[in-house]
Amino acid sequence: MFKEEYALMQTASPAPNTPATATAPMADVKMSARQVRVHYGDNEALHGIDVDIRRNEVLALIGPSGCGKSTFLRCLNRMNDSIEGCRVSGSVTLDGVDVYDPALDVVQIRARVGMVFQKPNPFPKSIYDNVCYGPRIHGLTRNRTELDEVVETSLRRAGLWEEVKDRLAAPGTGLSGGQQQRLCIARAIAVSPEVILMDEPCSALDPIATAHIEELIDELRRNYTIVIVTHNMQQAARVSRRTAFFHLGNLVETGDTETIFTNPGDQRTQDYITGRFG
Amino acid sequence: MTDSLQITGAGTSLHTTPAAQRRLRRRYAAERRFKALGLFAVLFGLAMLAFLLTTIVSQGYRAFIQTHVSLEVYLDPEVIDPRGTADPRDLARADYQSLAENALYGLFPAVEASAERRALRGMLSQGAGLELRRRIQNDPELVGTTLELQLLVSGSVDQLNKGVFDLESGRRLPVSDEQIGWFRELEAQDRISAPFNWGLFTRADSREPELAGLAGALQGSLYLMIVTFVLSFPLGIGAAIYLEEFAPKNRLTDLIEVNINNLAAVPSIVFGLLGLAVFIQVFGLPRSAPLVGGMVLALMTLPTIIIATRASLKAVPPSIREAALGIGASRIQTIFHHVLPLAMPGILTGAIIGLAQALGETAPLLMVGMNAFVTSVGDSMTSPATALPTQVYMWADSPQRGFVERTSAAIMVLLGFLIVMNALAVFLRRRFERRW
Amino acid sequence: MSFSLTLGVLLLLSAAGYWVGRSRAANLVARGSGRLHSLPSYHGFYVALWAGIPAFVLLLAWGVAGDRIVEALVLAGLPDAQTATLTNSERALLLAQIRNEAAGIGFGTPEPFVAAAAERLVELRSFSAWIVSAALIAGALAALAWALRRLAPDLRTRNGVERTLRLAMALCSALAILTTLGIVLSLIFEALRFFARYSPLDFLFGLQWSPQTAIREDQVGSSGAFGALPVVWGTLFISLIAMLVAVPVGLMSAVYLAEYATPRVRSWVKPVLEILAGIPTVVYGFFAILTIAPLVREAGVTLGLSVAANSALAAGLVMGLMLIPFVSSLSDDVINAVPQSLRDGAAGLGATRSETVRQVVLPAALPGIVGAVLLALSRAIGETMIVVMAAGLAANLTVNPFEAVTTVTVQIVSNLTGDTEFDSAKTLSAFALGLLLFCVTLCLNVIALGIVKRYREIYD
Repeated sequence: MFKEEYALMQTASPAPNTPATATAPMADVKMSARQVRVHYGDNEALHGIDVDIRRNEVLALIGPSGCGKSTFLRCLNRMNDSIEGCRVSGSVTLDGVDVYDPALDVVQIRARVGMVFQKPNPFPKSIYDNVCYGPRIHGLTRNRTELDEVVETSLRRAGLWEEVKDRLAAPGTGLSGGQQQRLCIARAIAVSPEVILMDEPCSALDPIATAHIEELIDELRRNYTIVIVTHNMQQAARVSRRTAFFHLGNLVETGDTETIFTNPGDQRTQDYITGRFG
Repeated sequence: MTDSLQITGAGTSLHTTPAAQRRLRRRYAAERRFKALGLFAVLFGLAMLAFLLTTIVSQGYRAFIQTHVSLEVYLDPEVIDPRGTADPRDLARADYQSLAENALYGLFPAVEASAERRALRGMLSQGAGLELRRRIQNDPELVGTTLELQLLVSGSVDQLNKGVFDLESGRRLPVSDEQIGWFRELEAQDRISAPFNWGLFTRADSREPELAGLAGALQGSLYLMIVTFVLSFPLGIGAAIYLEEFAPKNRLTDLIEVNINNLAAVPSIVFGLLGLAVFIQVFGLPRSAPLVGGMVLALMTLPTIIIATRASLKAVPPSIREAALGIGASRIQTIFHHVLPLAMPGILTGAIIGLAQALGETAPLLMVGMNAFVTSVGDSMTSPATALPTQVYMWADSPQRGFVERTSAAIMVLLGFLIVMNALAVFLRRRFERRW
Repeated sequence: MSFSLTLGVLLLLSAAGYWVGRSRAANLVARGSGRLHSLPSYHGFYVALWAGIPAFVLLLAWGVAGDRIVEALVLAGLPDAQTATLTNSERALLLAQIRNEAAGIGFGTPEPFVAAAAERLVELRSFSAWIVSAALIAGALAALAWALRRLAPDLRTRNGVERTLRLAMALCSALAILTTLGIVLSLIFEALRFFARYSPLDFLFGLQWSPQTAIREDQVGSSGAFGALPVVWGTLFISLIAMLVAVPVGLMSAVYLAEYATPRVRSWVKPVLEILAGIPTVVYGFFAILTIAPLVREAGVTLGLSVAANSALAAGLVMGLMLIPFVSSLSDDVINAVPQSLRDGAAGLGATRSETVRQVVLPAALPGIVGAVLLALSRAIGETMIVVMAAGLAANLTVNPFEAVTTVTVQIVSNLTGDTEFDSAKTLSAFALGLLLFCVTLCLNVIALGIVKRYREIYD
C-alpha cells in the first residue's frame, strides 16, 4: 500500500492547480516569506524579504553577487541553522505552517524542501547509494524492490537513468560534472520533496550540461515547486515563470519573468538587466 | 487512507504521516544516543585527566614540606675536634650524627636500653649530622657552644607527621609504637615543625627519601636541553630551508621527505639504541653523560623542528620572495632577510614544543645510562648525571614509602616546566601569528 | 690543551677573520680600486669560513678518533710478552685497567707494566692534544692569511659564502638520512652478532623467552632461551587493550568536538584534552602503578579473580588513556577535511546530525581514520615507559588480561640496563628485538602515512 502511495507521489501531477498565474489564490501559495531578516553576527545580510512562492511554479532569484539571494534560499529550508552566528527573523511558511516554529522539526522541513547545491556534491559512494540515501534515512521504502524502484524513478526523472543504469555500483564521484549535478537532483527527488531549492545549480557546469539541467528543471516543475538562484539572466528567462530581483539584501521587485525582463518597475532592476552593474 | 496522503492537500505529505512521525521519533532517539555517546567520550577523557592530576598533586604536595625536629645540640669539642687543632680535615671527619643523637637522648633520659636507643636515634635523619657539619665548617668558632637547631627527621617519622600512615589499620608500619609515642611527646613539646622543603631543589639524589632532592636532575635536564637546542635548532632550520627552498624535486629529496616523516614516528627507545650503539660503542663517548643524552634527544627533536620550520616557511607567501628577488637579492639573502624572520615565530613555536617533548622523554635516556645514581650535582656535560624524567622513574622504583610523594613532587616540577614551555609556545603563536 | 679551549681559540680566530676581512674589503673600496662585487661583510664571512671550517672539521674528527689512536699507540708500545697472547676481550680489559690507572681510580697496586703504560697514556694524551691543537690553530691562521690575500674587489665572495651555506644546509638535511641509516645499520650489525649465536628462526618462532644466561654451568632454568613469540604477543596484547580504550573514546570525542560542540566549548576542551598527549609517559607509568593497577586488582578480587600486580589490563588501560588525544586529534583533522558540501548535501536531504556523521562523514573519512588508528597502534607498540613500569618482566603466552605479560620494549630496557657485558647474548638480544620493533613500526608508519597522505589529496 505504501508503495502505491509512493508511486502516486512520484507520478500523479497535481493537475488541478497548475498552471499558477499571477493572480493565484492564497491556496496556491506553497511557501511564503514575511519580513525575513538575516544577521551574520552584527551584520544584517537581508533586510526584510516578502515573497510568495506558488505551487508548481519556477521562481528565479536573480541579482548581483552578494545581494543575499543564496542566503534567502538557505532560509527556506533552514540550512542557515548550521552556520555559526547566523540569526534569522521574520517568518517563512510552508503550506501555512511556520518553518521556524521551534516545535517543527528541521529534519522534516528539509525532507519536504529539498536542496541542490552550487557545486555538485555527491557522497563518495556508489550512484545507487547516493540516490537511495534519502529514502533510506527517512524510511520511505520497506524493501529492496521498492528502493530499486525509487532509485530508478528518481534517476529517470533526473534524466540520468539511461546513462548510468549499467553502472549503478560505480562511485558517484566518477561521473562528469553535469552528471554529478543531475545525480544530486535525483538524490533530492528521491526523498519526494514538495519544494526543490536550487542554488546556482549550473554555475560549475559547461554549456551542454547546463542545457541538460535546464530541460530537467522544465520537466520537474510539473511535479514540484522550484526556487532557483541564478547568476545567468538568460537562464532565469528560460526556466522560470516568475522572477525576484535582489539587490544589497533587499528584494527590489517580484513579478512575471517576462515583465521583469521587458518592463521592470524599478530602475535598479533595469540597470542590472541591461548590464550596468552586476 | 490513500486520500489523506494526497500531496495536494495543504500540510500533508509523505513526511507528515503518523508513521513518518514515529520514524522521526526513533531517529531523534538515535541522534540523542549518539550525541550522548560523544559527550561521554569527551567527559571520560577530561575526567581521566583530572583523575591523573589529582592523584599526582594529592600525593606530591606533601613533598614540598619537610618535617624537622628542634634540638639543643651541644657541639662537643671532644667529638668534633679532639686534638684541638681546628684542622679542617678533622672537622670534616667528625661524628656529627652522634652529637644530634645525644641531644635527642637528653630529651628522653628514661630511654637507656641499647635497642630502645637505636629506635630513638633512628628517628633522626642522617641529614642531621650533615647539617651540623655544614654549620661547623662554615663557622668553626661554634665548637663548644650549644645551638638550637631545626634538624631533619627520618623519612618514616616525616611520613608519620604528614599523616600518611593509617595508625588504626593494625598493619605493620615503618615506625614502631615507641617511636610514635616519642614523636607525640616531641610534638607536645612543640619541637616538631614542617617548613617549606628547600632541600627538594638544593639537594641531589639520595637513598633516604628525606634527603633526596632534584638538584642533580634539574641540572641534568638543563644540560640536556642546552645540548638538544644547540644541536637541533640550527641543524633543523638548515635542513628545512634546504628542503623547502633549494632541494630539487627528485627521488632523493622525496626519500628524505618520507624519511623525516617516518623518523618523527620512530619509537623513542630506538633512538636510545642508536645512541648506545653509535655514540657510546663506536664513538666512545662516556655513558650517563648529558652530552650523549642531549645528542640522542637532538636527533629525536630534529624531525619535529624540520616539519614545523617547513610549514612556517610554506606559510610565507611567494609574493614576499618575489618582491625581494625582484630588487636583486640573491636567494639566500631573500630567505635570510625576509622569509626566515617572518617564519621565525612559527619555527620557535615548533622548537619549543619539540624541546618540551624531549624534556619529558625517558626511554632513550635509560638506554644511554642517564639513570645514574648520583648523590652530588654533576659538574660537566660529560660527567654522569640524571634528568627529571629518569629521576621520576628511579624514585618510582624505590621501595620506601617516602619516595611516593617525592616522585609525585618530581612529576609536578616536570609538568610545571612543560606547562611553562607550552604556554610560551602558545603565547608566541598568538602574539606573532600572521594571516596572509 | 683541551678540546673546548681549542674550539674557543678557533672561534676567536674565525671572528677575527671576519673582522679583518671586512675591513680589508672596505679599504679596497676606499683606496678606489674599483667597486666591490660583494658587500664587505661577505668578504668577512669568506675569510672567517676559510679560517674556521676546515680546522673545526679536523678538530671534530680528532675529538672522535683521537683517544682511540692514542690508546692504540700505548697498547702497541707494551712489551710483546704482555700482549701477544691476549684475546680481544682481555685486551679491552687491560686497556680499561690502564685507563683507570691513568685517571687515578685504579685499585690495588698495578703491575709495573700497567703503571708504565698508564704513565705513557697520560703523557701521550697531553702531548697529542698540544700537537693537534697547535697544528690546527697554525693551519687556521694559514688559511686565514691565504683567504685574506685572495680578497679583491671582483672576488665573488657572496657566491662563495652562499654556496658554502647551501652545502651546509644540504648536509643538515642529509643528517635525517644519516640518522635512519645509523639506526638501521647499528641495529642490523648488533642483531647479526646475536643471530650468529642464536638462530633467527628460533628467535622469531620460539615460544620460550628467558634471557638470563647461566653464569655457572649447573645453574637451573637459565638456559638463555630467546624465542620472541611470547614477547611479541605481550606487546600486541597490551596494545590491543590500549586501542580498545583509545579508538572508541578518541574517535567519539573527535566527532563530538567537530560536529556537536559549540566553538567556545571546542576551543576549551580540545587543548585541555591535548594536555593528555603532552604528559610524559613516565608519568603515566607512575599513575599506572600508583592508582590504576591497585584499582584493577581490587576490581578483579571482587570478581573473585586472581590478578597479577602488574596485569596487562592496567598497563593497557593507561596506555589507552595516553593514546586518546592522539587518536582524537588525528581523527579531528581527518573529519574536518571532509568538505562541508557533503554535510550540506546530507542535511539538505533531511538527515539528522548523527545520520550525517555516521553515514556520510565517517565513511568519507574512513581512510584517514584508518591511518590515524595505525599510527596510534605504532605508537602503542613502541611505547616504553608505561610498560616498563606497569607491565611484567616474565614472558607469558596468555589471553587473560589479569595476568602479567611482557613486551618488546620492556625486554629491551631490562636487558640493556644494569651491569651486563656488552656482547653477551642477553644484551645483543635487545638489539634483535629493537630491529624487530623498528621494522614493525616502520611498516605501520609507512602504510599509515601513505593512507593519510592519499586521503588528504582526495579532498584538497
